[in-house]
Amino acid sequence: MAITVKIPTQLRAVTGGESEVAVEEAATVGEVLDGLYERFENLRDRIAEDGDLRRFVNVYVDGEDIRFLDGLDTAVSDGDDVTILPAVAGG
Amino acid sequence: MQVEALKCKECGTRYPLEAHYACDACFGPLEVLYDFSGLQAEGARRRIQAGPDTIWRYADFLPFESQPQTALAAGVTPLIRADQLAERLGIGELWIKNDAANPTHSFKDRVVTVALAKARELGFDVVACASTGNLANAVAAHAAAAGMESYVFIPADLEEQKVLATGVYGTNLVSVRGNYDDVNRLCTEISGERDWAFVNVNVRPYYAEGSKTIAYEVAEQLGFELPDRVVAPIASGSLFAKIARGFEEWLEVGLLTGELPIFNGAQAEGCSPVAVAFEQGWEICKPVKPDTIAKSLAIGNPADGPYALELARRSGGSIDAVDDDQIRAGIRLLAETTGVFTETAGGVTVATLAKLAERGDIGPDERVVAIITGDGLKTLDAVRGSFETHEIDPTLRSFEERVAGAPLAT
Repeated sequence: MAITVKIPTQLRAVTGGESEVAVEEAATVGEVLDGLYERFENLRDRIAEDGDLRRFVNVYVDGEDIRFLDGLDTAVSDGDDVTILPAVAGG
Repeated sequence: MQVEALKCKECGTRYPLEAHYACDACFGPLEVLYDFSGLQAEGARRRIQAGPDTIWRYADFLPFESQPQTALAAGVTPLIRADQLAERLGIGELWIKNDAANPTHSFKDRVVTVALAKARELGFDVVACASTGNLANAVAAHAAAAGMESYVFIPADLEEQKVLATGVYGTNLVSVRGNYDDVNRLCTEISGERDWAFVNVNVRPYYAEGSKTIAYEVAEQLGFELPDRVVAPIASGSLFAKIARGFEEWLEVGLLTGELPIFNGAQAEGCSPVAVAFEQGWEICKPVKPDTIAKSLAIGNPADGPYALELARRSGGSIDAVDDDQIRAGIRLLAETTGVFTETAGGVTVATLAKLAERGDIGPDERVVAIITGDGLKTLDAVRGSFETHEIDPTLRSFEERVAGAPLAT
């Protein structure tokens, strides 16, 4: 088991086209993202700025926006889905 | 030609004019970039005045090389001088832009007209949307008229009238067990997997351009003059920001002179992330879980919140919130003083207008325009029980006793 990260189309160029990436041994959303940054060069700059997420990046754990949880400190466990999406849709 | 590219509002990266909505480099929103330097005001004005009675009279300012043909158009709705309401609120000059007078009874006909024309041009066969109701009506109807297949995603708790007025057009109606923000997230995910034109996801940069036509119409209907103040509702913030953009473009090409109006945004207290951010001095919005009767404004995670905040501050305006009772009262006030029956979003706008007037924000000589975005027949529950019906027997005596208030003279 691991945490599954769903990669939006905008980021698939930096994940080698992968739409789902499994991350092992992460206890928080922040650690999940750190795991991705280690694996995929250039990913950090796309979605993060000054140690925080860029303002038009939304991250969800099992469908819940992490801003309703504990942000990057939100706990994750095996089997959880983490979804990264652009925030610029809707309305 | 004027339509140049898509450009990221955050970092300025340019993209070709395709179905693309978020910047690959920073996730910022893309918008249509124009070059109006070759556009002469007099020629533009002549083309507008000789144009059709639809938004396509403003084709010079929309993202197409030539004016598209659309089966079900939108726009050129009434701008009504509201003297009784102005007097009631102590406002000098007040106008109501009644966008309920569109084919599916809301301003969403404007944005969908543009989005579907662009979807066709880009070669899409299927259109889709995430909707709080009005957009659902519009996408289903315009897709039917254009002979395109459509998928409409709505929150499961939507008002019955909006559900019925969507399904009737023969769309694939998908009711999602969640709120609008859940529906929107789901549609953003689906848009990455299906080759569909989601009007408010992957073709959103074009869709949003349709809202500028409200500004063009208001200015044209005022005799190519600007109002001093605009009061408009905020859900995602896109409409609010694009009305200002419309005025700015006409100022740029010389169709208008003067200054950008003051912009006041209106939200419901049960879903007021932008009003709260305004009050707190934040540049971004903290998302909320909506709980309001104004379901068409119930977006807890507003995509254009930062731009709505920036506009309100830069224009000297504000973003205010009103509660559900004020919303109901706003619907009644507009109906009783103008003959316009609006939905809950319009109640939010009128209640906010009243709040601004009461607070003394509106100067005595100001020309104010309030944007009424949708029809009251779509949210009937909001007015149910708000007035008395006189039920009588079919006799003169019963009428005299129960209605006229005096017994029949003998």
